[in-house]
Formats: sequence, C-alpha cells, structure tokens
Amino acid sequence: MGYSNRFTYTETAGRGTVATKPGTVVEQRSTMKQRHLGIAAIAATSVLLFSGCAAGGDGGDADTLKVAYQKFGQFTQMDAHMKKVKEEFEAANEGMTVELVPIEAQEADYFAKLALMNRSAATAPDVMYEDTFMVKTDVEAGYLAPLDDYIAEWEDWEQFPENARQAGAGDDGKIYGIPMGTDTRAIWYNQEILSAAGVEVPWAPETWDDILETAEAVKAYDPEIVPFNIYSGKGQSEGASMQGFQMLLSGTEDELFDTDEQKWILGSQGFEDSLGFIEDIYQGGLGPTPQQALDKNIGTTINSEWIPGGTLAMSLDGSWASGTWIETGSSPWPEWSEVLQVAAMPTQEGQEPGRTSMSGGWTLAMGAGSQNKDAAWDFISTALNQENSLSYDVAASQVAVRTDVAEDPEYTDANPTFGFFSELVSDTHFRPANSDYSKISAEITVAMESVMTGQQSPEEAAATYDQAVIGIVGEENTMAASN
Amino acid sequence: MTTTAPTALGAPTAPGAGRPAQRKRRPGRTLLRSAPLLPAIVLLAVFLLGPVVSSLYGSLTDSSLSGASASNAEFVGLDNYTSLFSDPDFPKSVLLTLVFLVASALIGQNALGLGLAVLMQSSHKPVRVIVSTIVVTAWVLPEIVASFAAYAFFNDGGTLNTMLTGLGIPGVNWLYVFPMLCVILANIWRGTAFSMLVYTAALNDVPPEITEAAEVDGARGWQRFTLVTVPMIRRSISTNLMLTTLQTLSVFALIFVMTGGGPGTDSTTLPLLAYQEAFRFGELGFGTAIATILLLVGAVFGVLYIRALKPEVD
Repeated sequence: MGYSNRFTYTETAGRGTVATKPGTVVEQRSTMKQRHLGIAAIAATSVLLFSGCAAGGDGGDADTLKVAYQKFGQFTQMDAHMKKVKEEFEAANEGMTVELVPIEAQEADYFAKLALMNRSAATAPDVMYEDTFMVKTDVEAGYLAPLDDYIAEWEDWEQFPENARQAGAGDDGKIYGIPMGTDTRAIWYNQEILSAAGVEVPWAPETWDDILETAEAVKAYDPEIVPFNIYSGKGQSEGASMQGFQMLLSGTEDELFDTDEQKWILGSQGFEDSLGFIEDIYQGGLGPTPQQALDKNIGTTINSEWIPGGTLAMSLDGSWASGTWIETGSSPWPEWSEVLQVAAMPTQEGQEPGRTSMSGGWTLAMGAGSQNKDAAWDFISTALNQENSLSYDVAASQVAVRTDVAEDPEYTDANPTFGFFSELVSDTHFRPANSDYSKISAEITVAMESVMTGQQSPEEAAATYDQAVIGIVGEENTMAASN
Repeated sequence: MTTTAPTALGAPTAPGAGRPAQRKRRPGRTLLRSAPLLPAIVLLAVFLLGPVVSSLYGSLTDSSLSGASASNAEFVGLDNYTSLFSDPDFPKSVLLTLVFLVASALIGQNALGLGLAVLMQSSHKPVRVIVSTIVVTAWVLPEIVASFAAYAFFNDGGTLNTMLTGLGIPGVNWLYVFPMLCVILANIWRGTAFSMLVYTAALNDVPPEITEAAEVDGARGWQRFTLVTVPMIRRSISTNLMLTTLQTLSVFALIFVMTGGGPGTDSTTLPLLAYQEAFRFGELGFGTAIATILLLVGAVFGVLYIRALKPEVD
C-alpha cells in the first residue's frame, strides 16, 4: 500500500507543474522511513490530494491550446470543423498542440459544463464555442478575454457587418466573441402532406390561426401524422425559449425586455397569448404528445426520423435544420429539398410586417485565463477566415455573417434554402441583450412546460413567470406591460 | 467512545474508590492510543465534514455558474433559504421526496427484503439460489444501466406496454401518467436485494433454540416472528433502515433518466430540484441550499431510527 501510494505521488508531482515542488517530495520521502509506514502512506495520500487541489492554478502550458465546443446528436459539423482547423493550425505553428475538448451534451448541459470548466483555471479552455446570448453573462463572470486589440489589426473584421459585430459584445462595449454564422427561424413543412390534406401549397400562413387551421386539416387527414411541432419545455432549454416561445412573442405587440428602459416587461397580453398558443398545440392534440415533446432527444428524433419519415407535417425550427439532411449531414436525405418547403412564421394577427423570426448564432471566444492569448487568437482567426467560415457555414447550414461568404456563389448555390433564411434577417429579432437573460429564459421554459402539460393555465403560468423574474432581477428592474 | 465504555460498565458496581488514580493516567495514554486513528479522522474531516461545511457555506452565498456572482460570490445570509421556503416548487418537492422515501425504501425495499429473507429461510436450496440471483441482479447493475432498463420497461413503447398489448390490455404512458409510481417501483426493484441480503444475514444469526423455545411455549408462527425474531434483529433493521433511507434520499440518476423530474415537476424530488437549480438555472448557491436541506432530512431520519430502535441497548 505504502509503496503504491508513494509511486503515484512521484508520478503526479512530475505532471503537476506549478504547485508541487520537487523538493517537498524528497523531504516527505526521507521522513517517511522513520515513521510508521501506514500513517506515512495515509499522510502522503492526503498531501497528494491537497497538492492536487492546490495545483488548480495550472492553466495548461503555453504550447497547448485547449478548444472546447459542443458535439451532440446531429450536430457534428463543429467537431469536423475544429478537427480541420486543428490540422491547419498545427501545420502553420510548429511546436503548438491543439487539444480538442468536444463536450458531448445537449445545449442546456453544454452551458453548465462549459461554465464548470471555466470556473477552474486547470480546466478553463483557451478557445470556446460560445452562444451569443451567453457572451454578456460570461463576460460578467470573468470567463472571457476582450479581443479588441487583436481585432484592430485584423483585416477580415471589415467583412463583418455592424449588427454581427455586436453579437459578440459585452456590456462594456468590448468585443468578446467572433461570430461564426447566424441563423433565422421559420416553419419547415412537408408539402406532400399538406397538399394531400387539402392545403394549398406553397403554403404561406398569415396568422397564428392559419397555422392552427392547417394543423387541424392535417390531423383530420391522417391522425397518425404529427401536425405541428414547436419546441417546448425545460428539456429543450434555449431551443424551447427561442425557437418556440420567442418566435411567438415577437409576433405579438409585446416584448420580453424594454431596451430603452432596460427593464423586464411583466404581465403582457402577448406573453399570455404565446403560452395560449402552446396550450392550443399541446393540449389540443395538434403537436407531439407532451411526453414526446418532453423527451430530451426530441430534436434529434424530429430531424432524423419524423421529418424524413413523413410523420411530421410542420416544424418550427432553425435555418440550420437542413444541415442534418445534406450529403455531409448526420442523416443524409437526398429528397429533402423536393419534399420540404419553408414558410415564414406569421405574426399573431397578421400585423405588420406580417412575419417574424429570431436570430442568434454562435461565436468563438477566448478564455480569460489563456496562457497564450496570441496563439488562441491565431486559432480563432484561422477558424473564421473566409475559406473556413465558408466551409463551416455550408456544412452547418448557417446564415453567413461575413459579407465575402454571403456573396460567394459557392455559398449561395450550396443550399436552396439559404436565400430564404438570409432574406428573413430583415424582419428578425434578437434576444434581450442583458446578462440576466439566460436565467429568465430558463423561467420561460418552466412556464411553457407547465402549460403544455396542463398543470397551469397560460394565465397562471404567466403569473408564476412574473414572480420568478422579480426574484431574479428585483422588482425595480421590471415594468408592467403598457397595454 | 473507547474511553467512556469501561466507565459506563463500571459505574453500577464501583462508582468510587480506586478509580480516580487510574483515571489520572488515562488522558495521555488514551491520546497516544488513539494516535493511529488521527489520519483516519483527518481524512474523514476533510472528505466528509469538509463537504458538509462547504455546502453549508455555499448555501449562504449567491454563487452562480455565470454572471457577476460567478467570479465574486457574495455572502447573502439566509436569502437562499427564505426564497426557497417561499418557492411553490419546494413543498411539493419535499412531499415527493418523502413519498418516494416512504414508499420505495421504508415500505418497499425493507418490507419486501425482510419478507423475501424470511421466505427464503424456509425454502429449498435451489429455490433460494434462483430467487436470490434474480433479486441480486438488479443490485449488481450499475445505477445508470438499471435506470435505462427501468426506462425501457416503463417507456411508452417499452416492455410493459408491449406485454399488456399482447394480453389485449391497452397500456398507458406510465412515465407520463404515473411518474412517481414508476420511479418508486424501479427503486424497489433495484434496492430490495440489499435489504434482502442484510436480513438474510441477520436471520441466520438468530439462534434456533430461542425460536424453538418459543414454539414450545406455544407461540404461533406470527407471534414467534414479531415477538422473538424482530426484536432480535432490530439492530440490523435499524442499520438497514438508515442505509436504505440515505441511499434513497440521494437517488438522482434513476429519476433523472426515467422522467427527468417531469412531467412538469411531478417527479422532481429534492436531488433533482437541486440539480435543476444549480446546473439548469445556474444558481449554485440556491441549489446548494436545497442540498443542505436534503442533508438535514437525512440526519433527522437517522436520529429517529437510532431513537426508535435503540440499537446499542441489548
């Protein structure tokens, strides 16, 4: 026992670079001989464990770059992209190693795992794949490093339009993330099912009621087919809040957050109506059953099984959905572009501008504790140069942000839906730029889940949400809806 | 403990003379004698007491996964507890935890475990071997595997509904309609083996002469069991109740895999609520407060068992 313990001790001491001093190891060993072996062994183990804890300051050496990103379900394009950039980067920078850390978790767990990695200097990544809505919060937490000095000397920055630049800005106005692409959301529909159900195609719903009517028609045509999917509930986290709820709310007269007043809006009719739509779909049998919808893997199931299999008629989803079906996707489906069509999400009553969308997108950001920021920047700028942005945006079906990518024929010809989704940008909305957003977004999913399962009425769920928001930001940062 | 035991035994016979002199030497010697225990005590303090203290402290801060309070968590006193007690999810969660505990651990695992152990005592060897193998299989499975197995069984298109359909009975989506029942049954299935093994060992230690004597005195089967066997194995009962209670209170993976705490909050027990607050909503301090409450619930049950069954008195 004593022997094996000491053996591990030496081994760890060799690996830990900062806190374990070789001198202490030798001292420890010589005194050990004089004492009772058992005690010494235990003592050594605890010293070892303590030193292991203390070695937390080890942020990786300057020659290794740790790159953290998400890899989950059908989303493997980022993994492929990072592997490619790693090769390119290592070839260009002799002696540097890129350590890829794919976090295999769905979105909600990805944020938690990334935050946990960031909390300890020993695990904090140098470069990370960061959702735009998390940038402000993570800047406040001190996880991210500002990139302004690097950007000032980066020619490519001209290619990013102003609104895209702001996507990676912190509350202090500095830039913390470089956008990889953006996205818009709309309704993907199966035109074969819709026309068989007697709905005229191309279909262009003008109000929420049009969607419900079409869904009823599909249900009447074939009860086995799920008419309409809108992501909802805690399990889908940000997907439910953004692809689901906010696609509805942005089509009403109300908002979540008043940008001028910098206050959260409570008690709005639009909020209640949006929950009402969720209730109509789920309690009215026009969507997946609530139990299907609450399955954590429904996103994968929908895009790899239901849609290709023709068991779902309409799906409110992101512009990236086709990334699953293209040749390089995880479930190739060559016929997708003939069977599926896209329709813009209408506003509630068809009010101006008649359609709505939400945009987000992901960035590459640099860890605040990176030991080699210059190399981390080199990695980011390589990953997002024209050529690499183009290949990633095509593979992951992203709406391009770089002007030189968006205009490249190789990009525009790659996917028949790119034009539609890029054009939606003119009527799109963004999530509240506020560091409390991520917590409030989680509360939205709670309200959605209690409505879709019938545990609360939209009115009750909205009241619970209001209470939760007051609990998060304090009453002084909220305001009553104006209507 | 070692120092007080002899005194306690000696107390009724000789409370006075002779003892003090002996006592005087004791502190030094006892200290020396317990020296080998020191590393163990240090380890226990670091790895058992440490987390308790840090959880207690963490629950008094506004620490979070991201945002300003991630880097400088501030001491907020009892704020987390006050908002926890005013949170409508909390009483529901405590109630669900207690239902889960009482139904699956106290009634399910213990009663079933004891029943199986008693029945197996009087059964033939092949029966004993087969039954115990089947029961222990669930215990041997890693928690995550057992959880998936239970999920696959209760799932809408799972084994149970397939069997029911085969019999011409329409199934329901068990995990959705009866989430608590499903997780309780799954926990009983998984945990009964442990109780059964503990009780089998305890029953084997009951001397046959005593039960035979009781039989001669005219005690019937049931009377022999409640008046002789149960009092004799009460220490095992107490230990087993304590262990199964603590195990059940901390069950997370099983519920998380089977229902995810849902639908809504219908199977969100305290560990799931703590996880949700800490890692879904990023409120580490608040989540830790829930974990601390869980710790207290466990402690309360522990004290109750010790009081009720007095394992140390013979």
